[in-house]
Amino acid sequence: MSEAAEKLGTMLYLDGVSVAFDGFKAINNLSIIVHPAEMLAIIGPNGAGKTTMMDIITGKTRPDDGQVLFDGRTDLTKLDEAAIANLGIGRKFQKPTVFESHTVWDNIEMALKKPRGVFAALFYVADDADIARITEILETVRLIARKDDYAANLSHGQKQWLEIGMLLAQDPKLLLVDEPVAGMTDAETVETAKLLKDIARTRSVVVVEHDMSFVRELGSRVTCLAEGAVLAEGSLDQVSANPVVIERYLGR
Amino acid sequence: MITQALFRALDKKAIWIVAILLVVAIAVPMSNLLLPEGNPFRLPNYAVPLFGKYLTFAMLALALDLVWGYCGILSLGHGAFFAIGGYAMGMYLMRQIGTRGVYANPILPDFMVFLNWKELPWYWYGMDNFWIAMLMVVLVPGLLAFVFGFLAFRSRVTGVYLSIITQAMTYALLLAFFRNDMGFGGNNGLTDFKDILGQPISATTTRAALFAASAIALALAVLACSMIVNSKLGKVMVAVRDAESRTRFLGYRVEYVKLFAFVVSAIIAGIAGALYVPQVGIINPSEFDPANSIEVVIWTAVGGRGTIIGPIIGGILVNVGKSYFTGAFPEYWLFALGALFVVTTLFLPKGIVGLIGQYRAATTRREQHDRDAPTPQQVEAGVDPQPKPAE
Amino acid sequence: MTLLRMITTLMVVLGALLATPAHAQIADTELTPLVDALAPGNFKDREAAIGALVATGDPRVVPILQVLLEGELYFDEATGKVVFTSASSGKGTITDPVTAAELPEITEDGLEKVKVNNGLRRVLRTAIGQMTLLSEDPGVRLFAAQSILRDADPAQLELLDSAISAETDSSIRRVMEQARAAIVLKTPDAAIEDWQAAIPVVQAIGGRDALNTLTTALNTAPEDVKPLIQTAIDGLARDRAVWDVAQNIWFGISLGSVLLLAAIGLAITFGVMGVINMAHGEMVMLGAYTTFVVQEIIRQNYPGLFDWSLAIALPLAFLFTGLVGVAIERGIIRFLYGRPLETLLATWGLSLIIQQAVQRIFTANIREVGNPTWMSGSFELGGLAITWNRFYIVIFALMVFVALLLVLKYTAIGLHMRAVTQNRRMASAMGIRTPLVDALTFGLGSGIAGLAGVALSQIGNVSPNLGQGYIIDSFMVVVFGGVGNLWGTLVGALTLGIANKFIEPYAGAVLGKIIILVLIILFIQRRPRGLFALKGRSIEA
Repeated sequence: MSEAAEKLGTMLYLDGVSVAFDGFKAINNLSIIVHPAEMLAIIGPNGAGKTTMMDIITGKTRPDDGQVLFDGRTDLTKLDEAAIANLGIGRKFQKPTVFESHTVWDNIEMALKKPRGVFAALFYVADDADIARITEILETVRLIARKDDYAANLSHGQKQWLEIGMLLAQDPKLLLVDEPVAGMTDAETVETAKLLKDIARTRSVVVVEHDMSFVRELGSRVTCLAEGAVLAEGSLDQVSANPVVIERYLGR
Repeated sequence: MITQALFRALDKKAIWIVAILLVVAIAVPMSNLLLPEGNPFRLPNYAVPLFGKYLTFAMLALALDLVWGYCGILSLGHGAFFAIGGYAMGMYLMRQIGTRGVYANPILPDFMVFLNWKELPWYWYGMDNFWIAMLMVVLVPGLLAFVFGFLAFRSRVTGVYLSIITQAMTYALLLAFFRNDMGFGGNNGLTDFKDILGQPISATTTRAALFAASAIALALAVLACSMIVNSKLGKVMVAVRDAESRTRFLGYRVEYVKLFAFVVSAIIAGIAGALYVPQVGIINPSEFDPANSIEVVIWTAVGGRGTIIGPIIGGILVNVGKSYFTGAFPEYWLFALGALFVVTTLFLPKGIVGLIGQYRAATTRREQHDRDAPTPQQVEAGVDPQPKPAE
Repeated sequence: MTLLRMITTLMVVLGALLATPAHAQIADTELTPLVDALAPGNFKDREAAIGALVATGDPRVVPILQVLLEGELYFDEATGKVVFTSASSGKGTITDPVTAAELPEITEDGLEKVKVNNGLRRVLRTAIGQMTLLSEDPGVRLFAAQSILRDADPAQLELLDSAISAETDSSIRRVMEQARAAIVLKTPDAAIEDWQAAIPVVQAIGGRDALNTLTTALNTAPEDVKPLIQTAIDGLARDRAVWDVAQNIWFGISLGSVLLLAAIGLAITFGVMGVINMAHGEMVMLGAYTTFVVQEIIRQNYPGLFDWSLAIALPLAFLFTGLVGVAIERGIIRFLYGRPLETLLATWGLSLIIQQAVQRIFTANIREVGNPTWMSGSFELGGLAITWNRFYIVIFALMVFVALLLVLKYTAIGLHMRAVTQNRRMASAMGIRTPLVDALTFGLGSGIAGLAGVALSQIGNVSPNLGQGYIIDSFMVVVFGGVGNLWGTLVGALTLGIANKFIEPYAGAVLGKIIILVLIILFIQRRPRGLFALKGRSIEA
């Protein structure tokens, strides 16, 4: 009973998840919980399984074992990427992936939360509310001046922001953000942290990041992964004081 | 909503192409039928079906462009849809022969009598009706594309793998249509047509009408493709081409997007095939030859994929070249075709249209530079920048 | 049949010449008049002459009688001399049957056939049987027994009985008993006990011949033994079915090994570089033409080396096609890196150019490449008929496979190739020169295609579009087997080969091929990346 109740209140519930590639255990009995409107920062050395974990949540990789629940009830292991995205899980990739041969505007328009069916897309015409929403998002991510430029011509940092803008346009309940500040200037990093904190007021956010100052800026709960399992959990100070974490990740 | 979407399809370029095609649809038949023999502007009789054939090839190239240029699916089996459309038309034309065949059987085509068949196979029923036959022209290629595409895209067969199995598909059909017991005339295919819709098939007026029909069909195909690629779905198609898995994470069902493009493309190819057959007077299994389908790819590539006008230019240009070459230096045509493949992929990845776009971009950039404008000129609208490798 | 009989004749002759002790021979001058006595007179005289010849016990008599039995013995009308002609001696000239010396003074125009009738044929068979079945040489006796077993002439029964009782070698006696049983089954009026004894003996022979013998006997046999024969036939038919399955498997393995040779080069280039080489089939074709050219040169200049032509062609074909492959990679493919679909198109264009170029040089005519003697003919293994060329190609394919496996596993370039297959960027980051690996991989893949061409030239004709016939099947092997693991290619090739040969008898070759293609398309529903796919993040990234 208590277990069911525990699941019910969560946005994301991973329990005992394992996956192996040709014998190599990328994820080993991983359990993570994210609550609604909560931010969780995930740190860990390369190869700790951070990206693979995101792959599992978003349906790209099927776990060999374990439970992955969204919103306390939907079993994500049975769904494919598109279905999971439509449930309200948005993902920003480690390497910014925007549609380079489309304009900034079109990138946001495609991401905008609208029916995703083939014929809906064929006959889609942006109404005033859509245009207002896209404009608003572009203002938030400061790309309104470049709305007609091709995404290919944006700088690395701008692409990161565009992708965050696409996430916003999707209007997800849960955001998975993989290294959002890589390649950003310090000022941009501070801005990004502010934006993510803002988003986390109404949605759940999982951030994977190496940049410790950025994680400190987020001021959220921190989970440290290593070798596909949770090494330590708690506030950043608690985690970075953990001797095992120091040994395995932070270094002395 | 639908009308709005239609209007959007009529961008400036599409209107130009459609307008030119309509002019051609009227001018070519008129020049052939109305001008007296000996007039320098009169198109000779043999040229009308020849040009009509080029138009159907252009249509086939456009169909391939919709899946390859816009959606990143390199189909090496589009000749199969073209051929099936052609066979459906051929079946109708066969049934029109009636008692004028060698064996004068009112129901059975000659080859069936020859094979000692007693009755018409079930799939030949109704094919004597023009409209049922036209329905089959659309339905059968569409259905094949739907089943094949559903299986392939659902299991996420992409890239080179997909190309190979599309090639296997047309190869399997080639083998199948060579068999006599398939009931499509085996090796010889369907030929010796007499008339279409009651008109003698080789009359100049019929040929002029077929030419006009080809031009109009191509214009309609341009409209349909233009409407699709200018819609949000078209943008999603390009997104699938450039970053398939990213599109999935946005919540789009990539397999359905591809399936839609594939089926529409197959239908356009089927219609092109149906218009091709009465103009050349024969359809046989060699149309299924994998080599034919790959040749279509080079038409599209030469013209410029990812554009509407490119495949039309490529389809016509390469085939005019082929007619010339196979007439003048038959033994060098394959060298020329092979070299065309190599040169286009190495030096002209965006085809002729891309070349023009580059030239124009360069001149405008120079002009802008003079005016000291800081923003770099983008690639011409409609001409996509070099697509990223999908994987 | 004639060929078979001629071979038997030759074997008998050979056996006689090699193994018979010299004491059985008589002087040429003594034997020649006896042989010439076959020509004149009527059939009665000829029978007497045969008797005289048999009485000499000379082993050289046997082939003469054999030739006479076949109606191929001639005599010179002018001199009355009995001679062998090209048809009977296989030497292309007229020879003396006793001394085997050529007789240039006799022309074919003056020759007349020594006539035989049925009565004489019976006499001849008995005579030959006597001379061979009772020969001192076990080899000759064995051949004689086998030939009687094949013909099962009831006239030989008596002779055979005496031979059986005299026979000391148990294995020869078994063949003689089998022959006797076969004869019994042809004699409806034989005693029931004889029938009952003969049926299991014939059944034990096995094979299609035994089945035929029994089936024929079923009609003439006494009622009492018919059920017995039927049981034996059923038993044999069951055996036959098993052998047919085995034969299909063998054909499948044979086809599979050809597919393996054609596909394996494709698989490694696809695995390492992610590109499909549409000109792969043309590399196979170039390999076959290399063999053709080597054979032509040998035929014209060093005919004695003909049996070595393949050994010479193999390294040449490997080097030639390998170099062409490296040239293609350096000249075209490296500029298309990261654009696999364009690579496919460019290599297709190349394949057209290569085909056309070969057609210009060698014309479009089909060229025949000869089999060396050791690759001609066939042998039987139980109920299987296996041709030597197919047999050697299976062995060769497996050798190439193992060699490639070893190269990949134990050499530096193999290690680098595997590394690039698994993760190109990481391999590059670790200092592996991926361009070099690409060029060598392409060269190796093309070189193996050249080897495949040498092999294919041994089982079919060589023409400019030789490669096209195999290329789609090779693609299917790669798609089915998956890349990144050679075992996938092996399993894929053999599976497709065997499946093809199993479907063929029921559906016909063409429909069989279609079924296979459809099955593969359905198969990749379940495993889009083939049987042996690589797994992990780097694959999809």
